[in-house]
Amino acid sequence: MVIQKPAVAGTVESSDALVSVEPGDGKIELTLTSSVMNQYGRQIRDTVLETLERLDVKSVKINIVDKGALDCTLKARVECAVFRSSDASEKDIPWGGVIR
Amino acid sequence: MIPRPKPERFRLRRTMIFMSAQKPGLIKDAYIYGVDSIMLDLEDAVAENQKDAARFSLYHALKTIDYGDTEVIVRINGLDTPHWQEDIRVCVAGGADGIRIAKCESAQDVKTVEAAVEAAEKEFGVEVGRTLLMAALESPKGILNAYEICAASDRMFGVAISGGDFRKCMQTKPTPDGIDMVVARGQMLIAARAAGVQCFDTVFTNLDDMAGYEAEVRQNKAMGFDGKSLINPKQIRLVHEIFAPTEKEILQAEKIVRAYREQSAAGVGVFTVDGKMIDIAFIPGAERTLKLARACGLWEGDLV
Repeated sequence: MVIQKPAVAGTVESSDALVSVEPGDGKIELTLTSSVMNQYGRQIRDTVLETLERLDVKSVKINIVDKGALDCTLKARVECAVFRSSDASEKDIPWGGVIR
Repeated sequence: MIPRPKPERFRLRRTMIFMSAQKPGLIKDAYIYGVDSIMLDLEDAVAENQKDAARFSLYHALKTIDYGDTEVIVRINGLDTPHWQEDIRVCVAGGADGIRIAKCESAQDVKTVEAAVEAAEKEFGVEVGRTLLMAALESPKGILNAYEICAASDRMFGVAISGGDFRKCMQTKPTPDGIDMVVARGQMLIAARAAGVQCFDTVFTNLDDMAGYEAEVRQNKAMGFDGKSLINPKQIRLVHEIFAPTEKEILQAEKIVRAYREQSAAGVGVFTVDGKMIDIAFIPGAERTLKLARACGLWEGDLV
């Protein structure tokens, strides 16, 4: 998917993450702050990068403020932000396809 | 991916707790409270501009979190919104046990949802007929049409009244004795029993008034409800306590069922147990008491 415009999903409540995306310069630029950076920073990074790969996003600036979100929540927030960035988040979502 | 067993149309549903599908902190550990069913909400608990985000979060929760024996129902948005079709797709794709139809007013509403559910089951390769339905009656029209709603589909397992919206329509407020809703509750119960489905009461919203809450739960049991909708985990235990049969009721039910089997084998139709007249009309109730006692972990017999 192509990131067409800036979009945000999630919150900074406990167990959640706030994910912001904007159009990139031909690569993936990830910035991450997390309340559990020391224990889970690498795992969070891996989950985010895997999700972007699954969605076929190749160019994005993505910023994550993590508040101890589970992997399933991180995936949901990244996916929602990416779909919102191309106005595709409201219907005909490929559940079980690229969303899995 | 956690595979869920095929949903049971009729199972123990004393307590059904609402959780916003948009709140990861809530939905990740909802099953630990020992509630019978959780109701992940895409409707009123989710702000209009977060409906899309709630679906992504719901999908991954359904696919990732092991809810064990806790039933997982999803409340979808009303048929007068632009959201309900995508809500149904995500529920079916994620493998929710059932869908609660908000603001249901007619059998046609149930059939409209059923058709969309069946289309989604085919789209996502889910067994046709797996996804159960229940309806929330929130308006006078819904209450008046309760029977046709209850009987509208083989997927229907129950019906619930939604007090907030109903009272708004009726221009009433909650009263301590429940007089404001006694007719609506009664009509819905009769319709549900006539159609052979379960019936659930509305939420009690004042978390500080535990005495008022207890009075309402006792009235629910006396009226014949199968269970109650809840908004907070601290409301669960009281319902389970009040809805559980007492030791005396269990012993008596056991005696009645045993005596009936002996007497009817001997050709006797009506007889007495502890001085009370018993005939065949008492048997289903006694058997239900024993089944409920077993489900509550209070009885281990093999009579039923």
